[in-house]
Amino acid sequence: MDMLASVVKFNWTISQNPFGENPLSWILNLLFYGVFIVFIFYGQRIQMYVMIREVEGSLYKLRYMKDEGRKVAIETIKEIGKPQTDPSVRVDRFLEYFTIAPQSLDPAGIVWKLEHILDVRDVRFKDEVKLMAPAADEIQVNNLESTLEVASGLNYIYKVIRHFYLLGKKTLSLYVIMQVQMILPLIMKEAEAYVSALKAFSQGQPIGDGAGAVVAGKLMHGYETKKIPKDCVVATVPIEGRTAFVIKAEGPGGNVGKPGDAIEQVVNENKGKISAIIMIDAAGKLEGEEVGEVADGVGAIIGGPGVDQYKIEESILKYHIPINAVAIKVDIGDAISPMRKEIVDSIDKAIERVKQVILERTKEGDKVIIAGIGNSIGIGQ
Amino acid sequence: MSKGKNGTQATRISSLVLLIIFITLALSLTALILAANAIVNDPVVAGWLILIGFVGVALSTYVILQTRKRVARLRIAIPPITTNIECKKCGFKSVREFQRGDYVFKEVEPCQKCTDKMMITAIFREVKEKDKERYRF
Repeated sequence: MDMLASVVKFNWTISQNPFGENPLSWILNLLFYGVFIVFIFYGQRIQMYVMIREVEGSLYKLRYMKDEGRKVAIETIKEIGKPQTDPSVRVDRFLEYFTIAPQSLDPAGIVWKLEHILDVRDVRFKDEVKLMAPAADEIQVNNLESTLEVASGLNYIYKVIRHFYLLGKKTLSLYVIMQVQMILPLIMKEAEAYVSALKAFSQGQPIGDGAGAVVAGKLMHGYETKKIPKDCVVATVPIEGRTAFVIKAEGPGGNVGKPGDAIEQVVNENKGKISAIIMIDAAGKLEGEEVGEVADGVGAIIGGPGVDQYKIEESILKYHIPINAVAIKVDIGDAISPMRKEIVDSIDKAIERVKQVILERTKEGDKVIIAGIGNSIGIGQ
Repeated sequence: MSKGKNGTQATRISSLVLLIIFITLALSLTALILAANAIVNDPVVAGWLILIGFVGVALSTYVILQTRKRVARLRIAIPPITTNIECKKCGFKSVREFQRGDYVFKEVEPCQKCTDKMMITAIFREVKEKDKERYRF
């Protein structure tokens, strides 16, 4: 009976005072329910505001980087080019330049169309830089062009992120803002790499991408070099009893050349009697891999829009030449920022790997092509 | 953050935000002092004042740290670039800071030991050990 009475009393207490005796408990419980209800109805909107804040923070940083890029470009042009008038207006116009890729509805012949567009772009950029910096020599023109391209890249990144930020704010759409917020860390990493590249290009310092060019430069140093199209050099070097045609982009100006044309010319000059092609390039590493790791494989190891890779593959297919690749692993940030010591230390390892491939894949007296791919900024021959 | 045209203006913190932060901080400290006085007579009120005070102090400190962090993040660090110079004849090596015009394989000043021409063998930046990330895998 007593037990029944206590249960009744307990139930009565609960129904009479569900939040407890203390008025503070009332307030706390109401607050909790309030927050719970607010999150049910406005949770997504709150999440969106948090995301917008995050994008806004990165946008401030991107704007600072973009302004810094413009400032460095103008200062470098003034310092090297000694222009008569203020180059700011021309620089601002350059930063807004765009290139339209060829139509791909009918993909036949698209590589040649793309190559033509890129050639026109290259000539236009160089002419523009010469007008901005009349006192600059050929090497400095190349470096200034690279500096302006980096500044233009930063300007473009800023504008794209600003577009999504403003679109997100206008539409208040979680999905518009979410897509940019999700890839933001990668974009910021790329933008930071561009900022590092800015100083490297304006000062003419070698960048991580030039690892292949350093390998080729080291192999050809001391031997007579010959210019070959386009913006490349070749040297005939005896290596391990074989005749090696070592190719690299002409340095020390910022230049990647056209290794596709250079390899094609050397192959044709030797009537296809090439036992092997060995290409060396800096390759993007996966997270967890060490910077400067050397790996080898097969195929045409070359970045860019694909024109040179296509040409190299066409040349080797015509004469059935085996193609080998030696990769020096670098991070996206390291590829366009001043060369890291780890990459410099890996140059000798890459040369050893090239020699190993030559010994294993060719016979004495054979002819081989060794192509060091990459930007030759700050790297002579 | 002010919406200035250039990056340096963007690093400034709005004076209104600073004012709000400092008012919150002052009120929170007052709440903590009041809590100390009321702890004997009214422990419940004192408890609430301590809670409000600590939350206020924590929030304002957090906001100040965040804004300072954002200002610090906007600075672009330029790593020092080293130029390695080597004498091919006697192997004498020297290291100096990068100068505009330096490039790898460039012949520079004569060697201090054998007066033969020296050559730039490498131009690089060093990443400090603390900057390198260490993970289990």
